[in-house]
Amino acid sequence: MEFLRTIVSTALSTALDVAPIVGILVLFQVAVLRRNLPNLRRIAAGFVLVLLGLTLFLIGLEEALFPIGETMARQLTAPETIGEASLADGVDWYDYLLVYVFAAAIGFATTVAEPSLIAVALKAEEISGGAIDAWGLRIAVALGVAAGVALGCFRIVTGTPLPWYIIAAYLVVIAQTFRSSRTIVPLAYDSGGVTTSTVTVPVVAALGLGLAATVPGRSPLIDGFGLIAFASVFPIMSVLGYAMVVSYVSRRRDANHSEEN
Amino acid sequence: MRLWNVCLVILRRIVDALRDLAPIIIVIAFFQLVVLQQPFPNLGRVAVGLVCVVAGLTLFIQGLESGLFPLGEAIAQAFARKGSATALLAFAFCLGFGTTVAEPALIAIAAEAAEVAAEAGAIADDDEVRAAYAFELRMVVAVSVGTAIVLGVLRILKGWPIHRLIIGGYVLVTVMTAFAPAEIIGVAYDSGGVTTSTITVPLVTALGVGLATSIRGRNPMVDGFGLIAFASLTPMIFVLAYGMVN
Repeated sequence: MEFLRTIVSTALSTALDVAPIVGILVLFQVAVLRRNLPNLRRIAAGFVLVLLGLTLFLIGLEEALFPIGETMARQLTAPETIGEASLADGVDWYDYLLVYVFAAAIGFATTVAEPSLIAVALKAEEISGGAIDAWGLRIAVALGVAAGVALGCFRIVTGTPLPWYIIAAYLVVIAQTFRSSRTIVPLAYDSGGVTTSTVTVPVVAALGLGLAATVPGRSPLIDGFGLIAFASVFPIMSVLGYAMVVSYVSRRRDANHSEEN
Repeated sequence: MRLWNVCLVILRRIVDALRDLAPIIIVIAFFQLVVLQQPFPNLGRVAVGLVCVVAGLTLFIQGLESGLFPLGEAIAQAFARKGSATALLAFAFCLGFGTTVAEPALIAIAAEAAEVAAEAGAIADDDEVRAAYAFELRMVVAVSVGTAIVLGVLRILKGWPIHRLIIGGYVLVTVMTAFAPAEIIGVAYDSGGVTTSTITVPLVTALGVGLATSIRGRNPMVDGFGLIAFASLTPMIFVLAYGMVN
């Protein structure tokens, strides 16, 4: 019965999510473009597959992963897990080492499974003619999210101001931008925005709220925000870094080749 | 023979989906069994859920390739053929606004933000005022995403370099942070991340790449990507501005 309710409510919310998109597409098609799109049938079938797939995906996450992930985030941040003794002398950032490890691991894992990131990575591989490897790009983004979420948890524990971190991250991104190839920059900027959607947000938000609620002296309302921001900025850095490594390696290889010849 | 090929493709997609989901399963199993040392609750339910997740991801990727990507590209080509920049920009705004305004993650974060504001004393602590605040915030974010897609499409049409716009945006966020009330900053920074849903991203990406492919002198790699980046940046600026005038 409960399972049935999950199915219905998930299907409904997915349909509601998509309704405006379909409405706008139909409106512009009828009122402005007025010419039939090619392969309309195939596209419509694909659209239905996307809806069906996303609904199933969300149902599965609701059933299998989110409840455990959220309970886990609460349990790991609970004072009993951290150890009352180590908290008795005030909060030290290293009391929460396990939380940072969990944050990084779950940030990485949820990002690898993020459907919108898969979409962007596939497109990038196709457009670049294989110069950008979809899997490599996703790993780079996931590493960025891992670092970002772990650092975001550190910030909540220490209670240091959010803008310092984000603005410092911006400075690094700006410096990297001027040292990167023009073709990778737009993709890197995009990867910041796609990391935080269906899979990552619920688990990471639960982690942030759990931490802010249990760390003595933090308020969930003020300090619970900010993890998403970390998860959006750090992938830009890691993708630009990944591109630098790739171009360095290929330059080395070229240099070696020309020496051999 | 043809059926066999279809089966092979489906099998490969399932294997890919399993690979995509392996890390999350490993991490959760490790922390549950080794670190917290607790058994899995409702193992049967978890198994059913995992089957749903794998099947869902497989279907989604298939639909992406045959539906969402071609759709985005077809629309881009249709607008390029029509040649009306006004119609294209109107479409861009509607797409950004329409996909954001009903976004569940945004609704959740707006409600939380209203509570933060009430707690901080920025608005009166009663249900009606909070609901109005949350609604206004949602509208502000939706308008900002509409503006972002317009700006991003305009950039593709004109061939402006993206890094100047984005870095300019960062500088603006930094300056505004210094003047915005403290309780809005966390909300503003997070609002950039929650606006891009799983259906919008492939559609918008294909639209950008399709436009850059159809317009002569544009490179899909350099000019096609970047729409999502604008959609993550402008909400921060708009929400900070909203916090400052409120």
